Amino acid sequence: MKDSPVAHGSVRSYVMGLALSLLLTAIPFAVVMGDLVAASTKVLVIVAAAVSQVLVQLILFMHMDTKQEEGWNLMSLVFTVTILGLVVGGSLWIMHHLHLNMMIG
Amino acid sequence: MTTDTIKHSDAHAHAVTHGHHDTGSIKVFGFWVYLMSDLVIFGTLFATYAVLMRGTAGGPSGAEIFDLRLILAGTLLLLVSSFTYGMAVLSMTAERVTRLKAWLVVTFLLGAGFIAIEFYEFRHLIHAGFGPDRSAFLSAFFTLVGTHGLHVLFGLLWLVVVLVQLHTKGLNDMTRPRILCLSLFWHFLDVVWICVFSFVYLMGVV
Repeated sequence: MKDSPVAHGSVRSYVMGLALSLLLTAIPFAVVMGDLVAASTKVLVIVAAAVSQVLVQLILFMHMDTKQEEGWNLMSLVFTVTILGLVVGGSLWIMHHLHLNMMIG
Repeated sequence: MTTDTIKHSDAHAHAVTHGHHDTGSIKVFGFWVYLMSDLVIFGTLFATYAVLMRGTAGGPSGAEIFDLRLILAGTLLLLVSSFTYGMAVLSMTAERVTRLKAWLVVTFLLGAGFIAIEFYEFRHLIHAGFGPDRSAFLSAFFTLVGTHGLHVLFGLLWLVVVLVQLHTKGLNDMTRPRILCLSLFWHFLDVVWICVFSFVYLMGVV
């Protein structure tokens, strides 16, 4: 079982993961609740912190790398993220144009 | 004959501990593939929410009803629970069953705290007249956040099952892969929650 995706961690990697997660949660909450910067900056900070924190979880907590199951874990994740990009991006794109063409709101 | 048996069981133990394609490892990979399909479900719910979030139908917008202090508290509970589950897996690798059980109980309590906060939030919104029937925005909001909450609830149920099985069967080739699968499930719910608090709550208030 030592080769399973989750059995590789060490106390150090988990403590590091927790510290980074707390930091990457504190920053966007502080930026939004503190109301100190422009809205566009807030959006940028939220997106950057979210992407970084997802990567922290995947790498330090779920131990994703290219070696797990000969890369099939990562391969299936990349495939899923591609589908997600199509679904989420496509929906927003289509509905945005529908919205404009219908002249509603 | 006796030596053969011992050799055989040694080889088996070796395969279980180090083999890439032992059954435990295949189970965990199969569970990973399930998680990817679950991710597609959440993706479609996120897309639905993104499309409908401006459809407030004269009702409140996110900025008017989201209580960020509450969300921050829930987020911290879930984040720390992801860490404590990691410590549980480390205890399992080190064969320390008592410590493993203790970390799992801590994880359960933190997860239960998160669910309690979400339950309070939903109850509060529905009582104020902002239930899922109020607007397209609220329907999409309750579906997305509720689906995540339901996953956490099932995670809690699974934690109880694992604890009972650890008590009755101990740590063996059957319980080990289950604890690892639940670990993936639990971290996965944390990943989804990161997207929820970032793109639903924080973006909603900006």
